[in-house]
Amino acid sequence: MTATIARKRSALTKGQLPKFAPYIVLAVALVVGAAILALIGFNAFGWGLVSAILFAIGLVGWSGAVEGGRKAKDKLATCLVVGAFLIALLPLVSVVWTVLVNGIPGLITPGFLGTSMNGVTGAFDNKIVEEGTKVVGGVYHALLGTIQITLLATVISVPVGLMTAIYLVEYGNDRPLARAITFFVDVMTGIPSIVAGLFAAAFFFAVVGPGTKTGAVAAVALSVLMIPVVVRSSEEMLKIVPNELREAAYALGVRKWRTILKVVIPTAISGIASGVTLAIARVIGETAPILVTAGFATSINNNVFGGWMASLPTFIYTQILNPTSPSNPGPSDQRAWGAALVLIILVMLLNLGARLIARLFAPKTGR
Amino acid sequence: MSKRIDVKDLNVYYGNFLAVEDVNINIEAKSVTAFIGPSGCGKSTFLRTLNRMHEVLPGARVEGEVLLDGDNLYGPGVDPVTVRSQIGMVFQRPNPFPTMSIRDNVLAGVKLNNKKISKGAADALVEKSLMGANLWNEVKDRLDKPGSGLSGGQQQRLCIARAIAVEPQVILMDEPCSALDPISTLAIEDLINELKDQYTVVIVTHNMQQAARVSDKTAFFNIAGTGKPGKLIEFGNTHTIFSNPTQKATEDYVSGRFG
Repeated sequence: MTATIARKRSALTKGQLPKFAPYIVLAVALVVGAAILALIGFNAFGWGLVSAILFAIGLVGWSGAVEGGRKAKDKLATCLVVGAFLIALLPLVSVVWTVLVNGIPGLITPGFLGTSMNGVTGAFDNKIVEEGTKVVGGVYHALLGTIQITLLATVISVPVGLMTAIYLVEYGNDRPLARAITFFVDVMTGIPSIVAGLFAAAFFFAVVGPGTKTGAVAAVALSVLMIPVVVRSSEEMLKIVPNELREAAYALGVRKWRTILKVVIPTAISGIASGVTLAIARVIGETAPILVTAGFATSINNNVFGGWMASLPTFIYTQILNPTSPSNPGPSDQRAWGAALVLIILVMLLNLGARLIARLFAPKTGR
Repeated sequence: MSKRIDVKDLNVYYGNFLAVEDVNINIEAKSVTAFIGPSGCGKSTFLRTLNRMHEVLPGARVEGEVLLDGDNLYGPGVDPVTVRSQIGMVFQRPNPFPTMSIRDNVLAGVKLNNKKISKGAADALVEKSLMGANLWNEVKDRLDKPGSGLSGGQQQRLCIARAIAVEPQVILMDEPCSALDPISTLAIEDLINELKDQYTVVIVTHNMQQAARVSDKTAFFNIAGTGKPGKLIEFGNTHTIFSNPTQKATEDYVSGRFG
């Protein structure tokens, strides 16, 4: 008896690799990978790639020898999935890292968020580079413009998009009109953003007058991009509201529009709200449609209906392409990266907001 | 506070497909009537025509008359919403509104219609309805908790409370116990027995013992084959249907020889 108890490995776990096997293979792969790279000239990317391939071959081969074909295939699939995940993650991490490294100096400069570019000329930038003083000028006007334009675009898109989705789900019944709307919404999803900008610009030129460039025109252009996203996400959310809830309300003698307003929408509101937030995140970084509709400004413009207006993406674009001082583009670069960081933070906040909203409005299940 | 239902020559369609053919039936006030029959024979479809829930489905329509104390539900100018506020319905799967508390679920029929109700009257209505559904003692301390947190049997009784809170004349139940365990089923059956003192109850069930236990009258529906319309085969006192049916098909079904 004691002998059986004292036995180290159970018969049931026979023929398995030990738990630490992947780590051993990884260590060996890294060392061998470094050795191979040393022969042909070392670089970090190649090292990672060669090591990853060696790791996959080593682990799958070892597993095949010890554990048999099924487990080896399992390990191969795991390696492929993890590999694909890492490849997908690489650009994202790289973008965030680059923006953080280049953007933080701009962001922490005093007054970056609180001042505009009004009166900041090339002479200032030349002086800053020569004397090594802090960069002046900031993104306040662009941040303000982005918030105003996006807010107005949201105010336009959400009612239109939500009501379209309600029509499609609750009243459409696969009628020709509903099918046509679905088709055109799909087409609209694929419209290049510059075309949306040109449409809004041409529309306002025709209606208001040539050369009309205001934040409102940009908001209309963004709405064209935003509405299909809102329609699509709201439609999906309304579709997954169980029909039983609608029937329960009808059976209580509740009218259809009241059922939609008080039962269907509240049940779907968390999904709708996060869909809207993601739609905002989608258009907040648009550059081209804003350039052709709102132009570009260096000073603060509080009126979304009058005058040219700056926004964060167009700010980045002009600072990089037309530095304030062509001979010394350093300060402009710093401002552009700082603005990019602000934009990414804004999008991240929106995504967090979407999660928060989804959790806040989600149907409660506690006892 | 209950009305009788008389059905005359009713044909029920889904588009061009005739689902239930030529039903004539008289449902007494303050009684329990059970519909039994094999799956797909049109029991539930027919039940849904009794409060105009059938037409909610696209393409669904009805020919014939359904008289609620002599008034035709399908007469010109009749608002289905008025019909449904007089004839309540409990569904197969418990479906409390997930966004509402237990209390709001009971008050849903009032609140969703934006009727003004004082807090005192609302409290009284909640208590009365939950008492009527035998649920008051289990939930009285957690009325503000969400309705979806209750057990399946409790949720179904909550749905019954919600249906009786609008004070209907008739309550239709579409297999109300098919998703429930035997103890919850017993609670609902007891409740049905109490409800018939005040309401006309019509219940669809797959469970013949249940029909025998709770109903005064039983209607047997059958279908000749796939794609054929369902028909009302026999309607009579529950005791007669189960012990001495006149039709061969009924006898075969209730004795378990087919179905």
